[in-house]
Amino acid sequence: MSTLVIDKAGPTRKLGSMSRDRAWALRWSYFFLVLFAIFFLTPPLYMIITSLKSSAEISAATNPWWVFHPTLSNYVELLTSNQFLRFFWNSAIISIVVVIVTMLISIPAAFALARMKFWGSATLATGVFLTYLIPDSLLFIPLFKMLAVIQDLTGITLLNRWYVLVFIYPTLTVPFCTWIMIGYFASIPKELDEAAIIDGASWLQTLLRIFIPVALPGLIAATIFAFTVSWAQFLYPLVFTTSVDQLVLPVGITTTLIKGDVFNWGQIMTGALLGAAPPLIIYAFLMDYYIAGLTAGATKG
Amino acid sequence: MLMADVALRKVVKRYDDVEAVRGIDLDIADHEFIVLVGPSGCGKSTTLRMIAGLEDISDGDIMIGGDVVNDVPPKDRDIAMVFQNYALYPHMTVAENMSFGLRLKHYPKAEIKARVTEAARLLDITDLIDRKPKQLSGGQRQRVAMGRAIVRNPKVFLFDEPLSNLDAKLRVQMRIEIKKVHQKVRTTTVYVTHDQVEAMTLADRVVVMNKGRIEQIGTPNELYHKPATRFVAGFIGSPAMNFIPCRLEESGGKLNVRLTDRISFPLPPARAARYGALPRNDGLLLGIRPEHLTESNAHLEPGVETFDTVLDVTEPMGMETLVYFSLDGTPVCGRVNPNAGAKDGAPMRLAMDLNNMHLLNEETGVVL
Amino acid sequence: MADVVIEQGGVARTARPRKARSLRNMLGRKSTVAFFLTLPLILLIGLLVLYPAFYSLYLATLNKAMTKFVGLGNFTFLFKRETFWMVVKQSCIFAITAVIFKALIGFIVAHFVHNIPGKKQRKWRGMLLVPWVIPPAMSTLAWLWLFDPSYSAFNYTLSFFGVGPIPWLGETFWARFSVILVNVWYGAPFFLIMYLAALKSVPDQLYEAASIDGANWWQKMWYVTLPMMRNIIAITTLFSLIVTFANFDIVRILTSGGPLDTTHLFATWAFQVGIQSSDIPLGACVSLFMVPILAVAAIFILRDVNKRGNEA
Repeated sequence: MSTLVIDKAGPTRKLGSMSRDRAWALRWSYFFLVLFAIFFLTPPLYMIITSLKSSAEISAATNPWWVFHPTLSNYVELLTSNQFLRFFWNSAIISIVVVIVTMLISIPAAFALARMKFWGSATLATGVFLTYLIPDSLLFIPLFKMLAVIQDLTGITLLNRWYVLVFIYPTLTVPFCTWIMIGYFASIPKELDEAAIIDGASWLQTLLRIFIPVALPGLIAATIFAFTVSWAQFLYPLVFTTSVDQLVLPVGITTTLIKGDVFNWGQIMTGALLGAAPPLIIYAFLMDYYIAGLTAGATKG
Repeated sequence: MLMADVALRKVVKRYDDVEAVRGIDLDIADHEFIVLVGPSGCGKSTTLRMIAGLEDISDGDIMIGGDVVNDVPPKDRDIAMVFQNYALYPHMTVAENMSFGLRLKHYPKAEIKARVTEAARLLDITDLIDRKPKQLSGGQRQRVAMGRAIVRNPKVFLFDEPLSNLDAKLRVQMRIEIKKVHQKVRTTTVYVTHDQVEAMTLADRVVVMNKGRIEQIGTPNELYHKPATRFVAGFIGSPAMNFIPCRLEESGGKLNVRLTDRISFPLPPARAARYGALPRNDGLLLGIRPEHLTESNAHLEPGVETFDTVLDVTEPMGMETLVYFSLDGTPVCGRVNPNAGAKDGAPMRLAMDLNNMHLLNEETGVVL
Repeated sequence: MADVVIEQGGVARTARPRKARSLRNMLGRKSTVAFFLTLPLILLIGLLVLYPAFYSLYLATLNKAMTKFVGLGNFTFLFKRETFWMVVKQSCIFAITAVIFKALIGFIVAHFVHNIPGKKQRKWRGMLLVPWVIPPAMSTLAWLWLFDPSYSAFNYTLSFFGVGPIPWLGETFWARFSVILVNVWYGAPFFLIMYLAALKSVPDQLYEAASIDGANWWQKMWYVTLPMMRNIIAITTLFSLIVTFANFDIVRILTSGGPLDTTHLFATWAFQVGIQSSDIPLGACVSLFMVPILAVAAIFILRDVNKRGNEA
């Protein structure tokens, strides 16, 4: 090392040009990343900026990128509005129940598909993956009609009821969660369950005390996925619910805060920001799990 | 104390059309250390897994302690197993790993603690008891895996190539460790390995398997000195035994063995009596271990014959030198004193100890 | 010897039927357990995915009041409508353009992020993924506000450069541009993350070997990076094609299909026809037109996923 420093005319020049190239590459990378970051972050930042403005400041058409008289009145108004809190509550309860239902369906199914070879198990695993590729926009019309028919037949109110979403959302969450849990379970060495069998564990004990703890990162990733999908779902609640007290956040904000041509942008942005907050907070704290879940779909298969 | 002998009666394992194990009979005595050895795919691991109950048996019976356990699930067979990749539960500490089976059986806490402490002391892992497997070295993980087996106090220990993930030095160390543990706990042990040195050093009796069948069962010395087949003779011992095509001849009233046109040795009297009835034709192999092919010296024992050859390659090993040459195209290896002056490409006079020779039927591979 | 054989035969004879029975029981038990473990999944997929999918085929053959079977009447009706062909065209333009730009931006940004060392890379990655995390219905509202005809912050900024005002959502071209822009903004981070993961999985030794073989930057990209990423690029693109093609939220909130139905996609038009105009059969019919394209993409994805599975 010391000889290199002394012998400046020699090999260090080569080394220097290498690191100079790298330094420039890094500088350019930063430059473009800043540009892209501006592109990617403008909408959320603009949400924050607008949410801090009063209606008067917005309609005064001053510089839209700056807040001259910051106020929290939009936040106060929404967070004390029973209607908005109702949306929030609906979203929260639906998402949490959906996560639980998803896990109760996905984990046992993934365990069976990953570890118990049975007739049709391979086909079922492929089918699960294909189901994941079926979009909501293909099913909302027949589902709507199905609910209407069942409602007529049984007399149970299904349309315009938030709880029906608890049954519908798992169609979006379960296939993907099952798929990635199959991947995580399959990556657990076979000897681990054999050791558990010899230790005297039943299959249920093997699942609860070995598989779930060992595949916990996958479980967290799947949970995050199920929650964010449920929270963000827009089409199904838009179709299946209409009364104000049955709406979830995304639908509630877009339909009730936009009244005819009267756009109260301060409140809309505040509502949107509050609606985006739960997934963003989860993301901020569990980023690695979030990304693991995102990439698992393609890399685990 | 319950008897913990293991018996296999005509045990067969079929996967679809393939017979992995083709009818094995084996009696393992209480306290015995048995090693199943053979090349990969010989059915040794399958046999072990059938004893463990991890594989159903296609035919035959397996008995532990005198009871047929064919349909008994692994947990009720009172066995413990050590896996090749250790199979430690990654989310549990060492103590939790070791006590998992006992906790599932709802043993009293005090007894669990006592047993874990005792096993940890025995294996010298007391300091590691609260660590997770990730924080342990390969050797330490191996000890924990053994600890998990010991705390169960089972009738039978099953080891499935437990040392093959360790580096060479550690393997020797752990080998000794396993032997020590067995001397202390005296539990009946079935141990699977593909390494014949491990088999020889550990076993009370070695079971050599090949292509789903047992080739030979015997103590390490029996296998080494009295192999029953060419497979066993070639598999046990390193460097492997030489097999040289040969022919029996009568000359001057004595029985000779002819290796090449040039080289023919008179058999020692004991051997001549044993092989006297054999046909005098080709189709025989002379089996001789490298250590019985040494440099010639002035005081030759009776039955030791010399011949001249030209060495191809020599390999100095320190305490000995391996010499390679060929007899009529058959490569042969010998073991000579490092001071005997063996050189690549140089001529040398070697001595063959015919008192330790074997004669094999080339076609059937049976040692005659 | 003979005695032993007979005795063993006896043992085997008594043991075998028992063993066979219990073995069958065990197998039966195992697949029964597996069946019950997967039953909820099968029921869910069967009742709420497969059944509605086929139900939609049936619905598409009814008249508007759903009282009469009209066969392919709805389909022939659609073929005669200009709006339908516009939706087909716009869906294809939207999906293909958006996916290409998402993939390009994702690929480029992934390389920049990959250049950033260690801890900082985590931060940049975290920041650039934000658009994907925000529920699209929420973030599209922000875009709607950015595009607002009278208060557009974009137009305000552009006016300093003497450009504009641009009718972001008022004119067909700009409205189409805008919905694609928002979709690219929302979806590019997904590509970024996938490509970054793929880049990280290329072993450094390959690049070192390529350097020693005298490869320049382009050659390394062409002969090392791209082949190694090929599979992920294919799967991500096909997957995104499905999701983009079936997109609903962005167009619904941004333009509701306007101006003059020129930004409608299958999903938003099906919603308008089937739910808002209460012509459920026609709506079902419209959304069924997504199936062929989705099916082709799905087949290719499945092929790639299986290939990956076999490699592993």
